[in-house]
Amino acid sequence: MHRDDPLNRILFVDMTRKSHHVEHRPELFEEAIGGAGVAIRLLEELCPKGADPLGPENPLILAVGPLTSYYPLASKTVAMFKSPLTGDLGESHCGGRSAVAIRMAGYGAIVITGSSEIPLYLAIHGDRVHFRDASALWGTKHTETAARVIREREAGQGFRSIMRIGRAGERQLAFASVTTETYRHFGRLGMGAVMGSKKLKAINISGKRSLPMADFADYRKLYDEIHQGAVASKLMKKYHDLGTPANVKGLNEIGAFPTRNLSAGRCEGFEAITGEAYARGYLGRRLACAHCPVGCIHIAALREPHPEEPYFYKTSMISYDYELIYALGGQLGVADPEGLLLLLDAVEDLGLDAMSAGVALAWATEALERGLVPADELDGCVLSWGDWRVYLKGLEALVEGRTEFWRALGRGVDHAAGIYGGKDFALTFGGNEMPGYHTGPGSAVGHAVSARHSHLCNAGYSWDQKTFYDDPEAVTARSLADALMKEERWRQVLSSLVICFFARKLYSEELVQRSLASVGWTGDLHRVGEEIYRRKFRFKLREGFDFDELHLPRRIFETPAPMGPVNETLVREAIAHVRDWHVLGRTEG
Amino acid sequence: MRLSVVDAERCVGCQVCMFACARIHKEAGLAKSCIGVHSAGGMTNGFVVVVCRACPDPPCAKVCPVGALVPRSKGGGVKFHEEKCIGCGHCKTACPLGAVFWDDESDQPMICRYCGYCAKHCPHGVLAMDGEEDHA
Repeated sequence: MHRDDPLNRILFVDMTRKSHHVEHRPELFEEAIGGAGVAIRLLEELCPKGADPLGPENPLILAVGPLTSYYPLASKTVAMFKSPLTGDLGESHCGGRSAVAIRMAGYGAIVITGSSEIPLYLAIHGDRVHFRDASALWGTKHTETAARVIREREAGQGFRSIMRIGRAGERQLAFASVTTETYRHFGRLGMGAVMGSKKLKAINISGKRSLPMADFADYRKLYDEIHQGAVASKLMKKYHDLGTPANVKGLNEIGAFPTRNLSAGRCEGFEAITGEAYARGYLGRRLACAHCPVGCIHIAALREPHPEEPYFYKTSMISYDYELIYALGGQLGVADPEGLLLLLDAVEDLGLDAMSAGVALAWATEALERGLVPADELDGCVLSWGDWRVYLKGLEALVEGRTEFWRALGRGVDHAAGIYGGKDFALTFGGNEMPGYHTGPGSAVGHAVSARHSHLCNAGYSWDQKTFYDDPEAVTARSLADALMKEERWRQVLSSLVICFFARKLYSEELVQRSLASVGWTGDLHRVGEEIYRRKFRFKLREGFDFDELHLPRRIFETPAPMGPVNETLVREAIAHVRDWHVLGRTEG
Repeated sequence: MRLSVVDAERCVGCQVCMFACARIHKEAGLAKSCIGVHSAGGMTNGFVVVVCRACPDPPCAKVCPVGALVPRSKGGGVKFHEEKCIGCGHCKTACPLGAVFWDDESDQPMICRYCGYCAKHCPHGVLAMDGEEDHA
């Protein structure tokens, strides 16, 4: 790191005392790079063992990396906290303008502890940190309202990020999300609830500054190499044209698109909700995260007539992505493109993680069908596959916690299934609702033992499609476990830089080495990647994660994946290999 | 030559142009950029791309008390003489487009040189150079 790089500055904010201070921790960034590497160290350091995830002692950590604001596609912020959903490691990544704004404000990480007695929002403008009263914003119906107010009250237009929670976060639902820049999220594992527990409605952060560079000519050359690599790559075409929803068609074709609580791998009428169909009928705008030329964010324009008044129309701009179409489309049997957009909009508005919300409603629908939940506990929502109108009501009942049942579901599918039964079809891994890939044993093992529980934190779904489909006989539990762990270790490096995983092929090891050297970081990347990976599991195990007690939903072994039923023995043995690596400290693999 | 916004509807808000401008000023980061991209009141509404349009009769030059901003002989716009600038900020106030950006680090305005480096890096064809070639 260059001597005057502000990356090593960490902003500590205490919500109880309404105080803040800055600590310089160069050694932390030298040893752990930034992002996930620095965040896990801070979490180990600051989160007491057995902490209440919704208590003041749970630290909320945001970290960016050495490449942020130097090079394109280093556009992500890593959040870490103890998860109220799983009770262990909470990690969530978000783009938007969050990473550039934190870096340009002059910080490598921000740590928020404590809890306020009244709702506040933080206004961080470079070195100035203000605690602002958010009483008037608490409880507003739409998440966007708070953002609009803050946008108008605070300076820094074009140089800021506004991270905010909605009603779900205020009410501390275990899978409440945090929204930035209207359409990007710290979605998974309940960061919204952690902010809600601290009475922190939003964080507005802004800044602009110059960053030091030793050799400017070399820097410009390397920058252009990466920039050209990005704009000329297939990555650009795929993610800019159709975006992530391009996967709907392919995954449905091979039968890996989880449908109706994964009772099937293909969704009837899926043609209406593919990336192609949305681009044709609804695509209204594309957006990018700050410092990313790709622009993968796809926004649909939905025009609805007023239900009673003629000549009144409402046009909504609604973000759609693969995982959202999976969770609220496929899993709920909703193949009506407009009904699905309204569900996406509702989830955004309420501040819920779309994946967990979709899987929760899917589990609830099946539980109701099977008579596990008394119909009168649903507050009049007779959940039924494909009926998006009733799912809209269900989301509202869930966030408002209208009955015992909805309140239980708000703590996650595992919690609700523990009370009402139906564990076999509760699509959770280690307490987290599954992402949208039923590709085979790789995705199953990946969901079960990845370090942050999203499809992108492991190579499972791509291992299935590349290695397993090629020659299913040739794979062993050991080869599967080793392939996933190898990729996991490398992805710890990428998430410490912090680059977007969509650019993981562009940022080869050689390019990562060169770009890090240009900003003054040198070290053994493989050693750092392995250490981060081990630390994450050390934290998980410390907080009660148990490989041997890991719940695997029976459903994933019953509904055939593209190559037939998933082999349970293979999956369990692969998980045991991962366990041995972490618990016994096995070093090979 | 001058810089022009060809089609703001194609802007995805990536701000790659702003980073490019800073690099031309031999800095990484965003402090030294003469171009600004911000949302039109939230990402829902698309983006506003602010560039110096090289006015034929530039108001920024008219209010400069020390002659640090001198109208160019051809193609409109101004040339900035930073050694004369006292950092009073009149130019920033005078530009109705908001195209005089401020560098808090040097306490001086950031004035577009119409070099086209930002347009070269725009991945989506939002920016272009137009007008006569400069021979000055």
